[in-house]
Amino acid sequence: MADATARERVGLDVSRLRADFPTLVEEVRPGVPLRYLDNAATALKPTAVIEAVRECMADYPANVHRGLHALSERATAAFEDARARVARRLGVGDDPAQVIFTRGSTEAINLAARAWGRTTLKPGDAIVLSELEHHANIVPWQMIAAETGAVLRYVDLSDELEYDLDSFDRHFDDGKVRMVATTAMSNVTGVRPPVEEIARRARDRGARVLIDAAQSLAHEPLDVASLGVDFAAFSGHKIFGPTGVGVLYGKRELLEAMEPVLGGGNMVLRVERDRAVWNELPDKFEAGTPPIAEAIGLGAAIDYLEGLDADAVARHERALIEHAHEALGAVEGFRLLGPSDPTAKGPIVGFTLDDAHPHDLAQLLDRFGIAIRAGHHCAMPLHARLGIPASARASLAPYNTTEEIDRLAEALESIKTMLRRR
Amino acid sequence: MEDPFYREEILDHYYSSEHRGRLERPDHVCDLDNPFCGDQIHVELAVEGERVVEMRFDGKGCVISQAAASLLADRIEGATVEETLKLGPDDVLAMLGIPLTPNRMKCGLLGLRAVRQALTARSAAT
Repeated sequence: MADATARERVGLDVSRLRADFPTLVEEVRPGVPLRYLDNAATALKPTAVIEAVRECMADYPANVHRGLHALSERATAAFEDARARVARRLGVGDDPAQVIFTRGSTEAINLAARAWGRTTLKPGDAIVLSELEHHANIVPWQMIAAETGAVLRYVDLSDELEYDLDSFDRHFDDGKVRMVATTAMSNVTGVRPPVEEIARRARDRGARVLIDAAQSLAHEPLDVASLGVDFAAFSGHKIFGPTGVGVLYGKRELLEAMEPVLGGGNMVLRVERDRAVWNELPDKFEAGTPPIAEAIGLGAAIDYLEGLDADAVARHERALIEHAHEALGAVEGFRLLGPSDPTAKGPIVGFTLDDAHPHDLAQLLDRFGIAIRAGHHCAMPLHARLGIPASARASLAPYNTTEEIDRLAEALESIKTMLRRR
Repeated sequence: MEDPFYREEILDHYYSSEHRGRLERPDHVCDLDNPFCGDQIHVELAVEGERVVEMRFDGKGCVISQAAASLLADRIEGATVEETLKLGPDDVLAMLGIPLTPNRMKCGLLGLRAVRQALTARSAAT
């Protein structure tokens, strides 16, 4: 199922890596090659993932957990194998039932906020967030706060939008904080909050910690066991897997104490006319038919990630960030959002260019075959803080090259001319 | 590189629309956001009898959202309220003279939506 050659790969041969991604050999339009710099929105899919999904759909498209026939048994084994791979990747391979499959990070955080919050939060309890968060790690907390009477508190950010641990500490003075939810990498600026320190300090003060790893997991591993975090969420499609599947990791003791949010098939052991008995983990939180082929594809994506040389990927991505800061920074009117220090961030470059609306930039860059994202990136509080309605974002993956960044810089120069007031 | 989207006429409407600004005494106003890309528009209309006599708009947004609002103002000044309310997406596309992708339609239609909401609200908001 998994790409065996991926496991054997040692260094980071970018041209060979690119050959793993069929989309990269396509032209956007005749004569215009694709320069895909929108990886924070979704990553491209390697052949190994596409094949794993295709194989499931073609060869064993059966439901899981219930059928007693060969196809269902094969699907169940592959589905549970994917869960086991996710668990190992997160450092909890000894208890894969702590891995709940969801539709994505958003559903995962909603599940944690609702199911944990309902059994835990009392009026006046505090949830600590920061303006770095994606809406998916803000709105579910707003909703559970409104339901329980809890309140939200925001950690200050520095001028370069970095997480301020002093302000973090101050939120604990009154002993009200029950939960700290933080991204491991901002989807707008690439800022990496110090999750290890955040987790340690929160734990010392009796607060729970949720890590939104949606952006970080494509670039760096997340070991929830050694970090000692309580929850973690990520999406398959941002780590080279399919859309429609994501994961909530939760500590067993917490998951067991939580009530399910969705009721239906599979999440029950027994149903009577007026009551039901919940199933064991992880099924308790997986009502209905899960995203089977997608989860199997996610398993293949994890294999693919593990087949890459993590150090080589990190070195390559660091070089890409440095190059992006330099080459794009040389374009007059370019304003980088977030840290100027390439070592303080992941490979995400949020920016504005003069007064041009980012949407116009994105559309014009498409003429050059360059895919970026423009908008508020589901981070309106961060944009409000910056005083801008929207920004442009180039986000990089291991298959990107410095040459692609040079093309972006050149295209931005051309666009300045195209948008010039005449 | 030439781009029909960003041709001179459209950029003129974007940078120096004669309809940008405020009215002294608007009869109808509306503020709308386009959450997709962060466009914001503020529309003011003066209506005499059955006719729209003046439209002014203000806002921050992409070239398409702002130019489309300006083109719309050209079109509806002098038109009846009834005619204005009959305008639809195809009319906006015809004014812009370019096809829009589904995502970009939200930008192109922001001004029209604001005008419709302004006219269908009870009276001038304050």
